[in-house]
Amino acid sequence: MANLLEFRNVTKTYTRGYFSEAGTTALADFSMTLKEDEPTIMTVAGESGSGKTTLAMLLLGFIDPTKGEILYKGKNINKLRGEDRLNYRREVQAVFQDPFAVFNPFYTVDHLLTVPIEKFKLAKSKADARNKMEEALSSVGLRPEDILGRFPHQLSGGQRQRINVARALLLKPKVLVADEPVSMVDASLRANILESLRSLHRDHGVSIIYITHDLTTAYHVANSIVVLYKGGVMEAGDIDNVIQKPQHPYTRLLIDSIPWPDVDRRWGSDGMMVKESETTDKGGKGCRFAARCPHVKDSCLHTPPPLYRVAQTQVASCVLYDNNPVLPATQLTDVLPV
Amino acid sequence: MTPILQIRDLQVSYYTDLGRATALNRVNLDLNAGEKLGLVGESGSGKSTMALAMMRMIKAPGRIESGSVTVGGVDLISLNDEEMRLARLSRIAYIPQGAMNSLNPVMRIGAQMVDAIKAHVPNMSQADMTEQCMQALESVDLKRNVFQMYAHELSGGMKQRVCIAIGILLKPQVIIADEPTSALDVVTQRQVMETIDRVQKEMGTAVILIGHDMGLMAQFVDKVAVMYAGRLTEVSTVRDMFSKPMHPYAQALIKSLPNLSNKGVFQGIAGLAPSLLRIPNGCAFHPRCPQAMDVCKTTIPDVKEYEGNRLVACHLYTEGA
Ligand SMILES: Nc1ncnc2c1ncn2[C@@H]1O[C@H](COP(=O)(O)OP(=O)(O)OP(=O)(O)O)[C@@H](O)[C@H]1O
Ligand SMILES: Nc1ncnc2c1ncn2[C@@H]1O[C@H](COP(=O)(O)OP(=O)(O)OP(=O)(O)O)[C@@H](O)[C@H]1O
Ligand code: SF4
Ligand code: SF4
Ligand SMILES: [Mg+2]
Ligand SMILES: [Mg+2]
Repeated sequence: MANLLEFRNVTKTYTRGYFSEAGTTALADFSMTLKEDEPTIMTVAGESGSGKTTLAMLLLGFIDPTKGEILYKGKNINKLRGEDRLNYRREVQAVFQDPFAVFNPFYTVDHLLTVPIEKFKLAKSKADARNKMEEALSSVGLRPEDILGRFPHQLSGGQRQRINVARALLLKPKVLVADEPVSMVDASLRANILESLRSLHRDHGVSIIYITHDLTTAYHVANSIVVLYKGGVMEAGDIDNVIQKPQHPYTRLLIDSIPWPDVDRRWGSDGMMVKESETTDKGGKGCRFAARCPHVKDSCLHTPPPLYRVAQTQVASCVLYDNNPVLPATQLTDVLPV
Repeated sequence: MTPILQIRDLQVSYYTDLGRATALNRVNLDLNAGEKLGLVGESGSGKSTMALAMMRMIKAPGRIESGSVTVGGVDLISLNDEEMRLARLSRIAYIPQGAMNSLNPVMRIGAQMVDAIKAHVPNMSQADMTEQCMQALESVDLKRNVFQMYAHELSGGMKQRVCIAIGILLKPQVIIADEPTSALDVVTQRQVMETIDRVQKEMGTAVILIGHDMGLMAQFVDKVAVMYAGRLTEVSTVRDMFSKPMHPYAQALIKSLPNLSNKGVFQGIAGLAPSLLRIPNGCAFHPRCPQAMDVCKTTIPDVKEYEGNRLVACHLYTEGA
């Protein structure tokens, strides 16, 4: 079984920050594998600053790991050359978190779609290119005649976000990193767009890494979930298990904070749990969540807890489960169903 | 009580190569001091346009065609450019969509905040300005040292708080926040919303929250306004909106919400939102409305008041009445 994409003990530390002495570890010793013949939809969740976008940027080769390596089809992505590099560039695509950033203001939005079509020779003719563009736009609920020929500033936030999704649909990559792809569209359209991502997965065997804070939509589309906190994996596994029976105190907080569209189901009023983390890495040696955890005890403060297997397809990095067997961090993929 | 904000007949068009697109069509809205309104509706339905129009920040090829936006008794639309410049941030503040990503990457946060004050109160002393910025940062639960930091050193939630801090620098009477938390995790989202909530209670500000997250609306706002193709279709209290929405589009929107008990069920609204260049005759929602009647195809439904305080534009409730 060939590995399509592999993270091997990847750590990313930013050192340019204001509190630069220690640096910020945005991702710590992360290992994960996507297999070529087992496409999956994996959700990466976690609060702001937990390292989700860092993971995406690493995967796309936009930034380099501080430690560890990332392999695409067995080769380090930083050492890809020639055809391998072109393939990787085409087969690994992203929908970025910020739909305002990716557009060049001087080109019409067509540019974002025509450039990859030309670069990767996706169309046989001009007419074919046009058809493909229109098809991709329609599947994200945009009217091609309304959108093509317009400049980015003439489109609403959700319209830009959907053009990014359309671009990904057009390219039919092998791996798609979607960083909050539907945060700016309404619930009804959200359902439609996630459905097109799902069919991209189902019909074209695309593996999708769905980065989001929206656990309700994650639950609906993904097979597995990895919950990050300050760059570390807090909990991971089958998405049904994790959402229905969260074990890690942080995951419980996340699930508790889901704003339900129900006026009779209020956010809990547990103020203590809702303190924002600092940007600075305090360099604490123990559990990353200790500063906010209501169950913290001495044994939490020495080393980051390993991943304890709390169910067949679920692990939690928390000493509350230290009677359970440990899963080595390098084998995380074992508990992520496809 | 006179509403702090009164919008009357506000109309905005974009003059595109393909023709005139009516992005905002005769919108009326009242908001009291201290009230929180959620503005929802499909992508492209005109929510940001409405915010920009209220700020008089619509740029060519867009134009405010008519209407008034009265804040605390002053009609912003009739101010001259200089007066309007001073009104922004002090009477009415706008936290734009994607604001947190438009912070200047090479300028310290503090300098950006000071610039914002300078533009409005040019003769304040440097020390006073710094102090005012620091206080605004503290009031959104940020440390004073954020003043010295650069945007890339902050998490998304912190950047969003900075934008809120800039929004409240001059204690406006109305704050419009355009999707302030759409890229934030649920915990941070809740913190940011609680921050806005506290700040607006302290200052008695009216807040318009634009967004797509109906969950957030349910938790945060007092009233919900639903927009479709540039018109307000329903304005109701949050409880009425969630328990018994009246307008069929609002009904579909509420029905499409995902929850943890209906895994795999995606109930989007069928059909595409109309092109603003070719808004259907009659009720703009009629091609997609499961309850459309003949009259809907020809006659635009007027906004009418029901049960004392609900505003709905739909023929279902006027036929035979
Ligand atoms: N270029 C950089 N220099 C210094 N620190 C950085 C840089 N980019 C990110 N960081 C820090 O790394 C951490 C992880 O950031 P990242 O953007 O990956 O988070 P995220 O999970 O995507 O957050 P969000 O949900 O807000 O998008 C944060 O603490 C952030 O401040
Ligand atoms: N400068 C412009 N020129 C032409 N059309 C524009 C311009 N700005 C916005 N539009 C159009 O006006 C309509 C309303 O846009 P607006 O940004 O107000 O939508 P929105 O409701 O905020 O959507 P979203 O939820 O996606 O942010 C859209 O169809 C958009 O394409
Ligand atoms: S290891 Fe300790 S501090 Fe960390 S989550 Fe578990 S109980 Fe809380
Ligand atoms: S006016 Fe007619 S078409 Fe429009 S929402 Fe009401 S019933 Fe549906
Ligand atoms: Mg991110
Ligand atoms: Mg908008």
